[in-house]
Amino acid sequence: MRVGAFRYSLRSLLREWRAGELQVLALAVVIAVAAVTSVGFFTDRVQRAMLLQATELLGADLAVVSADEISETLSTGATERGLSIARFVTFPSVVLFGDAAQLAELKAVDGGYPLRGRLRVAVEPFGPELEPEGGPGPGEVWAETRLFQQMGFQVGDLLQVGDTELRVTRVLTYEPDRGGDLFQLAPRVMFNLADVPATGLVTPASRVRHQLLVAGDEAAVNDYRSWAADRLAANERIEGVRDARPELRQAIERAEQFLGLAALVAVLLAGGAIAVAARHYSERQSDTSAVMRCLGASRDFVVRVFLLRLLWIAVLSSLAGALAGYGAQTVLTALLGQWFTGGLPGASAWPVFSGLAVGLVTVLGFALPSMLRIGRVPPLRVLRRELGAPPPAMWLVLGLALVTLGVLLLWQAGDARLAGRVLGGAVATGVLLWGVAWAMIWLLKPLRTRGGVALRFGLANLSRRGSLSAVQLSAFGLGIMALLLLALVRVDLLSAWEQNLPEDAPNHFMINVQPEEVEPLRALFESRGLDAPAYYPMVRGRLAYINDRPVNPEDYESARAERLAAREFNLSFGDAPQPDNRIIAGRWWQPGDDLAQWSVEEGLAQTLGIAMGDRLVFRVAGESVEGRVTSLRTVQWDSFNVNFFVLAPPELLAEMPATYITSFRLDAEGDGLLAAAVRQFPSITVLDVRALMEQVRSIMDRATLAVEYVFLFTLLAGVTVLFAAIQATRSVRQRETALLRTLGASRRQVLAGLLSEFLVMGALAGLLAAAGATLIGYVLAAQIFDLPFVVNPWLWIAGIGGGAAGVGFAGWLGARGVLKQPPLFTLRKAA
Amino acid sequence: MVSHSNVAARATGTALVEAIGLTKSVQGPGGQLDILKGVDLAVAPAEAVAILGASGSGKSTLLGLLAGLDLPSGGEVRLLSESLGNLEEDARARLRAGQVGFVFQSFQLLPALTALENVMLSLELGGHPGDARKLALEALERVGLKDRVAHYPSQLSGGEQQRVAVARAFAPNPKVLFADEPTGNLDQVTGEQIIRLLFGLKDELGTALVLVTHDVELASRCDRRLFLRDGVLGTQ
Ligand SMILES: Nc1ncnc2c1ncn2[C@@H]1O[C@H](COP(=O)(O)OP(=O)(O)OP(=O)(O)O)[C@@H](O)[C@H]1O
Ligand SMILES: [Mg+2]
Repeated sequence: MRVGAFRYSLRSLLREWRAGELQVLALAVVIAVAAVTSVGFFTDRVQRAMLLQATELLGADLAVVSADEISETLSTGATERGLSIARFVTFPSVVLFGDAAQLAELKAVDGGYPLRGRLRVAVEPFGPELEPEGGPGPGEVWAETRLFQQMGFQVGDLLQVGDTELRVTRVLTYEPDRGGDLFQLAPRVMFNLADVPATGLVTPASRVRHQLLVAGDEAAVNDYRSWAADRLAANERIEGVRDARPELRQAIERAEQFLGLAALVAVLLAGGAIAVAARHYSERQSDTSAVMRCLGASRDFVVRVFLLRLLWIAVLSSLAGALAGYGAQTVLTALLGQWFTGGLPGASAWPVFSGLAVGLVTVLGFALPSMLRIGRVPPLRVLRRELGAPPPAMWLVLGLALVTLGVLLLWQAGDARLAGRVLGGAVATGVLLWGVAWAMIWLLKPLRTRGGVALRFGLANLSRRGSLSAVQLSAFGLGIMALLLLALVRVDLLSAWEQNLPEDAPNHFMINVQPEEVEPLRALFESRGLDAPAYYPMVRGRLAYINDRPVNPEDYESARAERLAAREFNLSFGDAPQPDNRIIAGRWWQPGDDLAQWSVEEGLAQTLGIAMGDRLVFRVAGESVEGRVTSLRTVQWDSFNVNFFVLAPPELLAEMPATYITSFRLDAEGDGLLAAAVRQFPSITVLDVRALMEQVRSIMDRATLAVEYVFLFTLLAGVTVLFAAIQATRSVRQRETALLRTLGASRRQVLAGLLSEFLVMGALAGLLAAAGATLIGYVLAAQIFDLPFVVNPWLWIAGIGGGAAGVGFAGWLGARGVLKQPPLFTLRKAA
Repeated sequence: MVSHSNVAARATGTALVEAIGLTKSVQGPGGQLDILKGVDLAVAPAEAVAILGASGSGKSTLLGLLAGLDLPSGGEVRLLSESLGNLEEDARARLRAGQVGFVFQSFQLLPALTALENVMLSLELGGHPGDARKLALEALERVGLKDRVAHYPSQLSGGEQQRVAVARAFAPNPKVLFADEPTGNLDQVTGEQIIRLLFGLKDELGTALVLVTHDVELASRCDRRLFLRDGVLGTQ
């Protein structure tokens, strides 16, 4: 080749750029990448803010846990990296007060504890809460409310802990890192690490858990994590932040799903915009290709020039998009940052790279077939204008778009199942949009002979450009659908989520209620004018066998599974599951069924490796209870309903010793009731989950806010699709308009013609979009978020009305300029 | 049916463009359409040949075949001593680069490029990437458009656009130039201007011209006039 394609593509880039043809494509890429990177930056920061909040649950960013004293190496390794550390030990032991003895979970903390989150205490049981700087000082002991109730001591009394006596100074009401099952643990007693030797309780033989807490700069923590991982002793292990209460875990996971999905929609839309713009560009470049071939360029050269040019555009506009995304993200976080207590952590650099990658992948995936097609324009086109390149093979366009989508989805969702579903959904939607668009255009044909000149001309336009119209219609449909999804379905989904945790959700649990205490308690509540809450039976049992395999905690890899396997489960029985439960496999028991069955929560089943049909044996009060798993359930843990991992038909567990559990809502002034209840029934335990609920609610609020934010960018991407689709027929339309005017049509007639075309197109696209959005909303609600779905009539009204108005307006905007200019000018330009 | 000069040019082996028994048939809606039924032609260096014929007689089709833009159904085309039938599409393009120029009825300038860039493109593709700018400016000066170099095609009149096209065609100094009704879209005065330019440059550079035209004035300036009728080429 006489001139290098590389150099030529670079040199011609500027010329081509000035001509404006590439600008639409570049704009699509810029907006796409800006959307993706700003979402990336923002979600990165929000996720890290959430993670930061989640670290409260550990009281640190990372914890080293061991049955033995944790080695000095590990703690100096942390301080050398500028990280703060704290230590504590926990162990069960009996505490004494007068004649009363009670098994408690003892926790001895040093001055640094906790590194993340704050403790909360009260000066007297059920009194107002305070946030102290740290834990109890030497000689002091703090205890949970229920211990005050059970043992009858007061603030100021001396409590016997092992060989020493410690003075009770505070009621411990909240501990950020109190993980695990709310109802499982013995009451907490907290004192200072310095008093441990005096208690004489920690001996090599005692069941002690040592923890080294580490917190600080993220990079340093990560560095420490990998450094420490190689230096752990046999029984030491590192715990991350996710091992939180199921309520919080689920809230965070769901928040991430929402964010990820919002970003995904932006990517999909961007792809659509790029595909439309590239198709248009390649059509406009047919002459260039033919003339270049005529002047002696090989097909290879032409293809290389266009590909390289595309690559330049992709790289440059991706960079511009990443920058714009960063800028947009800073502005918006400046506006929204106040919502995040303590501000958002800084953004990392990875969204720039992923933005670049997404830009390149998206451009290649959606524009490549169109670009390759440019090389196939026959040179004879210079003599016979109607000759063009054959349209790119459908399988190539679709296949490549699918692979691209798959890659992007997998990357964005980080979850093959979710990616697969969204991909499936996208394919189904695409096929549907395209098919219905074709059908609509076909159905319009007979209408061409009716109505006024303007309408006829408009409709004729639609059906004459059949294939282009279908592309345009589905592009409009896609854009409007995304907008609808985000505008309405998003609100529906988010509010359904928040309704899971309504304002009047129960915020207290009462456990250890004896069967004979149920009725008197009910009466007590009613006497205070409160709804008598529902009481659920609870039977404790340890999982002994899964089929013929004995359950051994040591057999499990994950810490969570290990803990679950080690402890006693709260089993319950009943005739119906809680309303928030959904059976996802098998069926709920019916009257007349075999009685030996279990219904297991899906997450637990996964963690412990339990499958449908497995035979589970629980050891309950020295007896074995056996049954088959006949259903798996999902549970909305973040609803704060009373829920159980394992349920059985009443007959299977009815003979077993049971206590009752209930949940109810009490505001601050209701604490008197609790004091009364505890006085009357000393053995019951009241758990206050208000603080935990606040945490869950604040995660929901932040996630909602973040999704709203992400929505702005997806909106932009949607508008780009519309823009690209209008741009694609702009020049043809301009020429036609000029021609019509030359033939004597008045401005009004031409405008009415164009307007009717756009209005019809917009309404049809809106109809398509509303149907698509309803379908997708349903799938999302039912399949992914496990939330109830409600048909929203506004979807249809907004879709059809908004589609007609929006597309009509955009079309009118595009046509207005043409009508102002003398026809000759346009004709010349379009020649 | 075969003209004398055809035979002469072929006999001397000096023909730049040569067609032997050229046929072209296409599948139309009403069955097979035989556009060309056996065309023989030879064009010597620096010779100007006009091809005349009724509308739809196949002139553009023939021109496309001679330039290697399309392949015949039968017969052979030799362009610059290469038999096009043996060449791949890309090899034919390479053969054209810098050696074959085109001027079309509809100008075919690239709307995205300025007058200068349009001319530069053919130079860059035709083997003069280094001094493309200089040569292009010279070429534009020769067609009298020195002060319009930065204009886009849409900012030029039809005659001016065609002059740019002429500059583009001649700039790489080709051996042969194909023109399909180069004055078809222009008024008489402008058309004459283009004809003067074409023949002026042809004489100056010694380029062979193959012209398809309806324009008697244009045809009369050529060395030979051939008529395409019923798919064959004749002198009458
Ligand atoms: N690929 C094709 N498919 C169908 N018909 C074709 C094809 N190529 C050429 N024709 C037909 O062959 C005939 C000759 O076409 P061509 O363009 O060569 O005529 P022309 O002599 O250049 O006419 P004009 O003077 O109007 O430009 C026309 O009837 C045209 O419709
Ligand atoms: Mg013709």
